[in-house]
Amino acid sequence: MPGTGRFLLPIAAGVLAAAFLAAAGPPPGAAGCSGCHGAALPGGIPAIAGRPAAELSAALLGFRDGSRPATLMDRLAKGFSPGELQDIADWWEEQR
Amino acid sequence: MTTSRRHLLALATASLARPGLACAQGAGRVVVIGGGFGGASAARALRRLAPALDVALVEPNAAFIACPFSNAVIAGLRDIAAQSFGYARLAADGIRVIAQAATGIDTNPRRVTLADGSTLAFDRLVLAPGIDLRWDALPGYDAAAAAATMPHAWKAGPQTLLLRDRLAALPEGGLVVMSVPPNPYRCPPGPYERASLIAHYLKTRKKRAKLIVLDAKDAFSKQRLFQNAWKALYPGLLEWVPLSAGGKVTAVDVASGQVRTDFETYTPDLANIIPPQRAAAIAELAGVADRTGWCPIDPDTFESRLRPGIHVIGDAAIAGAMPKSAFAANAQAKACAQAVADLLADITPAPPRLLNTCYSLVAPGYGISVAGVYRPANGVLTDIEGAGGTSALDAPAETRAAEARYAESWFHTITTEAFG
Repeated sequence: MPGTGRFLLPIAAGVLAAAFLAAAGPPPGAAGCSGCHGAALPGGIPAIAGRPAAELSAALLGFRDGSRPATLMDRLAKGFSPGELQDIADWWEEQR
Repeated sequence: MTTSRRHLLALATASLARPGLACAQGAGRVVVIGGGFGGASAARALRRLAPALDVALVEPNAAFIACPFSNAVIAGLRDIAAQSFGYARLAADGIRVIAQAATGIDTNPRRVTLADGSTLAFDRLVLAPGIDLRWDALPGYDAAAAAATMPHAWKAGPQTLLLRDRLAALPEGGLVVMSVPPNPYRCPPGPYERASLIAHYLKTRKKRAKLIVLDAKDAFSKQRLFQNAWKALYPGLLEWVPLSAGGKVTAVDVASGQVRTDFETYTPDLANIIPPQRAAAIAELAGVADRTGWCPIDPDTFESRLRPGIHVIGDAAIAGAMPKSAFAANAQAKACAQAVADLLADITPAPPRLLNTCYSLVAPGYGISVAGVYRPANGVLTDIEGAGGTSALDAPAETRAAEARYAESWFHTITTEAFG
């Protein structure tokens, strides 16, 4: 239907323009990490920005299921599903 | 749903409603009131998320004096200079730092009035005013009493130094009494960290001295961890008197130095009175504080339930299960900044997932923590079950030492994110 096509096109263009202009927000919970994980002090909390997502997600999933020793991260990781933790790991890999 | 899909959906929905919104994306004026952990973090997050926004930070003080670790200053373990942070880096980020007090807030039209009579128009306001101490809550205790001989030291700065100096002047065998308020108040575990570090000071510096903690509650944050540590480190030196044993302080008398409960009158050599609190006065002036003295908010956006266009974060907000902590204020600031940037771009904000972490020192090299994960549920920020909690009760000394190091590391990181 030609009418439908004309109707959809501006909407699709609008979506693309908005998606292009708006900064994608971090996945749920990811913005909170930088409260502790910044420029690392010796013997302190490690930095996470720019670390490989595979490394970060392995740590987070290990904290979540208790297989990785933790002081505190086990308590935080349990507030997320494995998929959410993977999203957080992916996002932090992209941060600088 | 992944973030990108979630946001695309929101964008698509917004686009259907307002096809021209993309032109307006990122524009707008945001005023942030209060340059503490919440306000400074929010101003910076807004600049980062939406560089086209005009962001102003209204804060009359030239420097922020941080409360976390101020108990270590009181106990002679830390210099107060390590607690002080300026706003030069925020100005360098392009935030307009306005060194004045806000004296009025209107929502029609939306504008803030400053002490010099000038006004700032805003599209959205982020209010991060912190607390005021309630001088009407405890008979005999007012600002003059605090400044004279009974410091509260619950706002860091001169009060911290007054308590430190009076503690240093305590005679051997002296008695210190602390008064702890009922919930809610700034930093739930703070009084017990302070009690721990004062006890450490007395143990190492003041022979035969004693600390009595008079509490208006029967339970408190990290209670078993603190009490186990007190038993091990400060036996016979630190006595905690809960509400049910007559711990609630009902009056003080500065002239005689007395601290009274329903059952006892204490005449300590030093009284540290932490009075009940409420959101700072500007919150009431803005019409965002309710009858409790605190500010009800929408947990998705931190927008006031009472005044649209005003968002409240940090200690002043009623944040459900989230405590009034520096970490919480910083976490809320980032979530609120995202919501404000989204709203100004006509995007529906996604419900946030928030974290909290609070470290406390019970002695040098002995740290404990409490953590939580929160999400909006039924209109309030709610604990996610199965997550959060305190450090293990049976953790070895290495874990306590690690948590003390992590506490320092956290302070370095969060103050760098907010101010550095």
